[in-house]
Amino acid sequence: MRSISRALSSLQRCARDCSREQQESLSCVVRPFSSHAMTETKSSQGDDVPKKSMNLFSAVNQALNIALETDPRSYVFGEDVGFGGVFRCTTNLAETFGKHRIFNTPLCEQGIVGFAIGLAAMDNRAIAEIQFADYIYPAFDQIVNEAAKFRYRSGNQFNCGGLTIRAPYGAVGHGGHYHSQSPEAFFCHVPGIKVVIPRSPSQAKGLLLASIRDPNPVVFFEPKWLYRLSVEEVPEGDYMLPLSKAEVMREGTDITLVGWGAQLAVMEQACIDAGKEGISCELIDLRTLIPWDRETVVESVNKTGRLLVSHEAPVTGGFGAEISASIVERCFLRLEAPVARVCGYDTPFPLVFEPFYMPTKNKILDAIKAAVNY
Amino acid sequence: MASSAVRALMKNSTLKRGATFITSITEARPYSQHGVREFSCGYALWNASGRSSTFESEDLLRNLSKVVPPATRRLSGEPEKAFTDDEDSEVLDYPGAKTTFTHELKFIPENAAEPVPCYRLLNDFGQPLPWAQLPQMDAELARKIYSHMVSLQTMDLIFYEAQRQGRFSFYMTTHGEEAINIATAAALSPEDVLFTQYREPGILMWRGFSLESFANQCFGNRDDLGKGRQMPVHYGSRELNYFTISSPIATQLPQAVGAAYGLKMDNADACAVAYFGDGASSEGDFHGAMNFAAILETPVVFICRNNGWAISTPTNDQFRSDGIVVKGRGYGIRSIRVDGMDALALYSVVKEARRMAIEESRPVLIEALTYRVGHHSTSDDSSKYRNKAEIDHWKLVRDPVLRFRKWIEAHGWWDVDSEKKIRSEARAAVIAAMNKAGRKEKPHLSALFEDVYDSVPSHLKEQDSQLREVIARHPEDYPTDVPTQ
Repeated sequence: MRSISRALSSLQRCARDCSREQQESLSCVVRPFSSHAMTETKSSQGDDVPKKSMNLFSAVNQALNIALETDPRSYVFGEDVGFGGVFRCTTNLAETFGKHRIFNTPLCEQGIVGFAIGLAAMDNRAIAEIQFADYIYPAFDQIVNEAAKFRYRSGNQFNCGGLTIRAPYGAVGHGGHYHSQSPEAFFCHVPGIKVVIPRSPSQAKGLLLASIRDPNPVVFFEPKWLYRLSVEEVPEGDYMLPLSKAEVMREGTDITLVGWGAQLAVMEQACIDAGKEGISCELIDLRTLIPWDRETVVESVNKTGRLLVSHEAPVTGGFGAEISASIVERCFLRLEAPVARVCGYDTPFPLVFEPFYMPTKNKILDAIKAAVNY
Repeated sequence: MASSAVRALMKNSTLKRGATFITSITEARPYSQHGVREFSCGYALWNASGRSSTFESEDLLRNLSKVVPPATRRLSGEPEKAFTDDEDSEVLDYPGAKTTFTHELKFIPENAAEPVPCYRLLNDFGQPLPWAQLPQMDAELARKIYSHMVSLQTMDLIFYEAQRQGRFSFYMTTHGEEAINIATAAALSPEDVLFTQYREPGILMWRGFSLESFANQCFGNRDDLGKGRQMPVHYGSRELNYFTISSPIATQLPQAVGAAYGLKMDNADACAVAYFGDGASSEGDFHGAMNFAAILETPVVFICRNNGWAISTPTNDQFRSDGIVVKGRGYGIRSIRVDGMDALALYSVVKEARRMAIEESRPVLIEALTYRVGHHSTSDDSSKYRNKAEIDHWKLVRDPVLRFRKWIEAHGWWDVDSEKKIRSEARAAVIAAMNKAGRKEKPHLSALFEDVYDSVPSHLKEQDSQLREVIARHPEDYPTDVPTQ
């Protein structure tokens, strides 16, 4: 597993140097977000805040720097974290904050999370890295049976709220079964933890800082495809974005699109293309999956009358199903078309067939048109 | 002799002080029929100050007859020469292991020829072994340990019966393991943080958790610190540094390591202590915890209660190693095997383990051999898989409470009258606590939706109000002893 991870990470490091053809296909998928979304981010941060252009892994690195600087009881650890991490998110942290606060762990995910729970339970901030979300399953018991129930089972005598588990998730173009998964839905079925997924560098920084400082355990999935490819102006200072608060990235009147993480870039392209055909799409970034901001989605669907949810994870039992059911419960009479789900197929994540598997722009565009013309 | 030879060589070598290299012990036959123990003595790591960094044994030093001339030559820059017999002892410095060559095709035996001995101080009759160095224990401490073992035994007997009468939904006893519960607790400091399984309520009792608090938890009443959310015996107390128990096996072990790391970073005069059973040693969390503890050099004491049974699974279906104690070395962890029925031996071992853990910032593994005299739980009937004679043997011949009583009686610290008195007092206290707890109402319904998160999120508020509407429509569906208003 380690050698594969290493190999993949070297591929990842070469992402910017990949073939022209691949580069084009990637940039098509992850073009910078529309000025509208950026304006919103700016306004929430204030226009006079100094900003710096950076990619997503640098934004994560900056958030970790700030978290470590502002709280001496915070620790960052995981496999290969000491030298900077296979995705470079922990670059220079050990040099800056010392090897007792930033350190490698053995290859044992259940050990990493169990250790992190114990550290957090002693009133520390434990920021644990799982190298790929695909490898989080050995830690599933620690997350589901331990972290999530730590407060509840003790009658609020104990908690491990200082725990944040970071893990890169999602497609990357060449990751196959074990470097591409989006396991968020498993964790959305677990009361007691929060699940957060950012879509861009400035979101990643603000949401990660909020997750680290939130008094509840958080699973924070980072879109690894965007680590290098997504670049935007990121406010330099210390800021947090609210958890359990969705963001309307793009306002529209005909249909509501809901997504999270890397998929939003694809969805935004579909919104732009639909706009050219006279369809006005509202795009919502859920940002926190549990507890999720149902009110914002309900309000939007009550306005547009249509809903499309899109995620990379397999469609059956995906979090899109939960959103769909909740909206049908609350907006049944307002809906003018069935809720559309454009998601991964119910197969393992396939290497060669990745372009077929993915919920691509045109699949979304077709679903938008079908809903509007229903 | 050999030791001074090594030191002389250190002095003359070109190695800088502090550099580490390897010497071989040629007199010891690494793969002899004596097995693992001798093999593991076959190599030693030395640093330039001439101190062994892995073994301190004088026996080892005596076995040293030769240090490593070829390696020394190479390190000091001398040209290599043709193959000699010395090649076997040449230094190999692969990143995964620094060791020497051997020309013998021999595998390490799966187990040492002799099992690891079990440390004890008192024999089955409570008499000190002739060469035993007893810990310092005055009459007051000894009586306190004994009376807590009696209280624990009494609580177990009465609570078990209460479950049988349907007053509790479930119960688990510590019969046979009273000494592990109380004597280890006595050897710890109240600041030490505890990560236990479910057969160690005696530690809480030692720290002052009242009989009523135990009963409150088992009834799941309004005064249960866990707010009625968990099955009986899942105790926890922040005040007493005792993390709330969860049912999954071994999950507490890596958590104890994380907590110990926090204590180390805080320079606390305390360690984390993790308790678990023989079955737990098969879980991945056990192995992860041991490895993390060794690598991160955390002050944690692992105490395994090897009581022979994981529900119905005997230890020979659980592992083929010489118990748990030998697993310590596999992770580079100091370890010891102790008689879990000998309160004095346990007290000594845990005191020393705690000292090493904190002063040297290292993990220590203790395997306490014991026997689960009771059923696994009230949901188990162990007569289905073990015979009564076996249980009786351990109950009658090896009872840890009786053994300790004989020792304090021999000191004149205990007699028949004190025994009668404490037994009847304990019984009355347990019954009174249980009756009091049994009369209390259940926790308020609001506890259902609280504490999932630090504050109640909107979707849980909504579910709360939905439930209240259902209760209003169908009050007959719900228990009357849970207040809902």
